[in-house]
Amino acid sequence: MKERLISFLLFLCALVSIASLAIITFFIFQAGLPLIFRVGLGNFLESSLWNPSGDPQSFGIAAMILGSIWVTLGAIVVGVPLGLAVAIFSAEIAPPRLAMLIRPVIQLLAGIPSVIYGFIGLTILAPAIRATFGGPGLSVLTAALILGIMILPSIISISEDALRAVPSAYRDGSLAVGATRWQTIWRVLVPAARSGIVASVILGMGRALGETMAVIMMLGNALQVPRSPLDSATTLTSNIGLELAYASGAHRDALFATGVVLFVLIMILNILANIFTGRVTFWQRLSAFRPAVFNGRAAWRRRNT
Amino acid sequence: MTPKIEIDQFSYRYGDEIALNTISLQVQPNTILAIFGPARGGKTTLLRSMNRLTEIGEPGTHSGRILLDGQDIFAPGTDIATLRRRVGMVFALPVALPMTIFDNVAYGPRMRGVRSRSQLQDLVQSALQSAALWDEVQDRLDTPAQALSGGQQQRISIARVLALEPEVILLDEPTAALDPISTAKIEEALMELKQQYTIVIAPHNVQQAGRIADDAAFFLMGECIEAGPASQIFTMPRDRRTEDYITGRFG
Repeated sequence: MKERLISFLLFLCALVSIASLAIITFFIFQAGLPLIFRVGLGNFLESSLWNPSGDPQSFGIAAMILGSIWVTLGAIVVGVPLGLAVAIFSAEIAPPRLAMLIRPVIQLLAGIPSVIYGFIGLTILAPAIRATFGGPGLSVLTAALILGIMILPSIISISEDALRAVPSAYRDGSLAVGATRWQTIWRVLVPAARSGIVASVILGMGRALGETMAVIMMLGNALQVPRSPLDSATTLTSNIGLELAYASGAHRDALFATGVVLFVLIMILNILANIFTGRVTFWQRLSAFRPAVFNGRAAWRRRNT
Repeated sequence: MTPKIEIDQFSYRYGDEIALNTISLQVQPNTILAIFGPARGGKTTLLRSMNRLTEIGEPGTHSGRILLDGQDIFAPGTDIATLRRRVGMVFALPVALPMTIFDNVAYGPRMRGVRSRSQLQDLVQSALQSAALWDEVQDRLDTPAQALSGGQQQRISIARVLALEPEVILLDEPTAALDPISTAKIEEALMELKQQYTIVIAPHNVQQAGRIADDAAFFLMGECIEAGPASQIFTMPRDRRTEDYITGRFG
């Protein structure tokens, strides 16, 4: 009897999370899609003119899409080599005790609130970049550097798991024919762990794309298409985060429509990641469809670490 | 005849556990030595010590010497990669690296620095021929090696070692995961290979040792109980324990 009660309660909890996902999905699309149809998908995505309070109103999010892409790619350029290096070191080179120390430290990195990352970027990195390279300081480069650090935990933990999962027979087989440790890592282990490493990169991209608070603080929020890494820009998430509080009417709908675009992008990344890891059923895949900006960072972080 | 390999008072321990206790053995060139005995007897540790694969992971400690052509392989300054090219190793589980058949066999020479395509082709072809696999794979060298059967993968593993043109081949129960037909093919290949190489094998069972070995050594709990010509060991063992094991009274 007690057994049944507990399993029923657990089932109920599962149902609540699935239902909330379904409701969120429905709500965003229901609020955002009509505006996309009214403005036209082409206009909405390709125009960089965003003037929700003007007359006539214009809703073009191209600048934000480009801002998001720039920042995300920048974060990948910074985070992937660093994260992969740490994962290889921790899985293959470090003595077991040191590796046991590295893991929790990396996990700790995931626990730092994003507002703290933003704060550090804003007060330390941005002035340094302004002084060194010129420009406003609050720039794509600043955001990419900090986001590159923020995505390290996803990249490191998943890549490291993938490397550790490579059968040790490969390692022995390679070393046994006189390959050095380094040759073994590059020629055999990394290729064998490729799917997991690619998945970690994609999840890192999802994290960078969904990040809101740190980006608002570091990117300058300038509604323009960035021409260089030193320019200010804005992203899909920061625009929603900044304007939703006071938006009404069509403006509000347009922000939800922005959310739809973000939702679809992150959905695609998650599906790609799951395809690459190749171990996920349809229902697990469905639960991955969560845009961070509407969902709160805690849940997002739980999923990613 | 000077021995190719001389194991001299060699001991190996993992922490407090003694895996090998003062082993002394000689391996003559162009012969097959079979190291046989029940599980946990130290066979794998001895094989892995002979090309210093014991040093991967959490290594134990050794004492005594293993001489290859009179040179101690544990001497300071020994280049481990070079040693492992001279003394190649094949494991119980077939290792098909995640790459094509050609790349699998060419892996060792490439890691040694061979770049010339024609030289690699020659090495791959002769290695696959010696491993009795060439006829089966020659027209699909560019397909993934992992698509091959277990027996073929094990012959790939042997070919990968042969492509290095080593002097000694170590085989740790190379047919443990294989069916009788694949096993027969590998045994046949080994009989051919001993013309050119010195072979040390931990055979899958006593019958296999009897079929292919020139010399044999019986290992029990880290001790070498008895060693000598296979013809003597398998017909007139001197030690009671060897006889019990061979006749199937334990093990």
